Amino acid sequence: MAQANLRYFGLPPSPPLIGARLRPPQGTRPALQELLEALGTSEYNAGPDQRPSAGFFRNPSLPIRRVTSTLTPPAVQVAATRDAYGVALAELGKDNPEIIVLDADLSGSTRTKTFAQAFPKRFFNMGVAESNMMGTAAGLAAMGKVVFASSFAMFAAGKAWEPIRQTVCIPNLNVKICATHAGLTVGEDGKSHQMLEDLALMQVLPNMTVIVPADSIEAKLAIRAVAAHDGPVYVRLSRAKTPVIFDEDYVFKIGRGTQVRAGNDLALVACGVELSAALEAAEILAAEGVNARVINMATIKPLDKDILVAAARDCGAVLTAEEHQAIGGLGSAVSQLLAHHAPVPIEVVGVRDSFGESATADQLLEKYGLDAQSIASRSRDLLRRKNA
Amino acid sequence: MTLTPKKQQEIEAVARQIRVDIVEMVHAAACGHPGGPLGMADFMATLWVEHMGIEPGNLHDPKRDRFVLGNGHTCAGLYAVLAHKGIIPREMLKSFRKLGSPLQGHPHKNPELGIDMSTGSLGTGLSTAQGMALAAKINGWPTRVYVTSSDGESEEGQIWEAATSAAHYGLANLTVLVDFNNIQIDGVMREVMDVRDLREKYAAFGWHAIDVDGHDIAAIDAALCAAREETARPSALICHTTIGKGVSFMEGKASWHGVAPNDAEAQEALAELSV
Repeated sequence: MAQANLRYFGLPPSPPLIGARLRPPQGTRPALQELLEALGTSEYNAGPDQRPSAGFFRNPSLPIRRVTSTLTPPAVQVAATRDAYGVALAELGKDNPEIIVLDADLSGSTRTKTFAQAFPKRFFNMGVAESNMMGTAAGLAAMGKVVFASSFAMFAAGKAWEPIRQTVCIPNLNVKICATHAGLTVGEDGKSHQMLEDLALMQVLPNMTVIVPADSIEAKLAIRAVAAHDGPVYVRLSRAKTPVIFDEDYVFKIGRGTQVRAGNDLALVACGVELSAALEAAEILAAEGVNARVINMATIKPLDKDILVAAARDCGAVLTAEEHQAIGGLGSAVSQLLAHHAPVPIEVVGVRDSFGESATADQLLEKYGLDAQSIASRSRDLLRRKNA
Repeated sequence: MTLTPKKQQEIEAVARQIRVDIVEMVHAAACGHPGGPLGMADFMATLWVEHMGIEPGNLHDPKRDRFVLGNGHTCAGLYAVLAHKGIIPREMLKSFRKLGSPLQGHPHKNPELGIDMSTGSLGTGLSTAQGMALAAKINGWPTRVYVTSSDGESEEGQIWEAATSAAHYGLANLTVLVDFNNIQIDGVMREVMDVRDLREKYAAFGWHAIDVDGHDIAAIDAALCAAREETARPSALICHTTIGKGVSFMEGKASWHGVAPNDAEAQEALAELSV
């Protein structure tokens, strides 16, 4: 079972992580620092009243939740996974001349512009026409190109779903759909742009691999792995800056989950921005004497069966957390797998069959039950079920 | 360059063989789409005999020409022409639409059989062909990409997304042959959904667009030659055809879009085609 090198998750290491390495950002290594600078990452050294809750895009005007405000404020580095995507793409462009990048008039926002500026002859803006972009990507891939196609998750996975099925997945072509602005954390743009159904739409497709990086370090490594992988891949990226969790020593492998916190009372399995919330929830639970294992499940498909079965057997209860509908995403996939291989009580934290709305990312995560407090609360429910 | 009488006769013979194969394949499968490919047989034969650079000997040459059957339901015609080229074994035609056959009810990409793209869902073929043409252009290859479409498929919005971008990127190596038979599944196009003048539409999107009699082999050849000479724009050949062409009782009838002939009908059709 892989154990991640944790760089930071926003809270002091109490209790100490078994087998995991928590280091304050002062110890930042040059390579990481370089990436963070390339990403234009900001470093928060906020006081107790305005620091982000685990770096969680906290609006300073909102009241700080009691449990976190009592903790020592650490410095929190944050970066958006979409920024890491742009940096990784530009680096890959140097290594592999077969890489072609397509975008649908959102290259500034998806960060493919970084590649476009470095390799203008290998970037094609397809205009506001996502279905055609996916078909074009498939045709390029059929000729041997490694194609990255980007738009917002809503349009990439939603609007272009059927062309992806017909032209990318059926012929099993080497197209990498890297979709940004996924989930509630899009924020103020509201429900039309808050894609909460993409993991369902993408993981149901045969031949498709589905990846949700938890932070900018993992995003960069995932993009490298995806470029080397032969076949269709969907990568879900975020607009919002989220805490940098992993150390640059972290090793990403498609299809492998990573344990980022040891514990045996219950397992919190999270992906994307919810990994930070799960880690914070684990600390809240730890203060109550509950020792939660936390697993980063960056690959939704194919799922890491071994790490999940071991977690279910060791902990006897599994909570999943994702910034997605509770139907059809990580929770559904984990539930289906464990129902077959290691049935235990499961709690699925996700959006409960509703669309989002306009607000700040942090307000939305709280309102829709995806913040650390909600995960801690649902964990208590789960533990009651486990012990009933 | 005009066709020699000998070449014209060769193409006519291939078109007739394609029609025979279509009737036999759809009859043997007891299902499928005979009407469309019968109407397309003349331009498919002209394209594949005279212009298409796909042969058994160059299947794995990355620089060879490419073909995408946008109106994938007409694949009996594609399989027949690939059999004529010696790329698909003739024996395999009998397995059309049957369990385990690579000759699926709609084309499935298969590099060994010269099937360059999976199609079936209308509207996607022009986009994928455009991607291939773009890759060839990026690589500086002489590859030409041919894609078929139809009047019915032109009701799909994605066709016009692709028409916009193919012209924008100046893909002169891309040619679409649109089967315009005025018939769609639910009836006559003008009554179901009139797509109007497709030559004018493609021209308005910035294409080199030509109307052509889809059963006049010399005219089709001339239009394909004109497409090859075009250096700045993609080409659209609007091929005006009759659905079911060559089988009198199928000609012009929407009802033969997706119905297989029974034994007596197949016999009658084959008798007509062998004359």
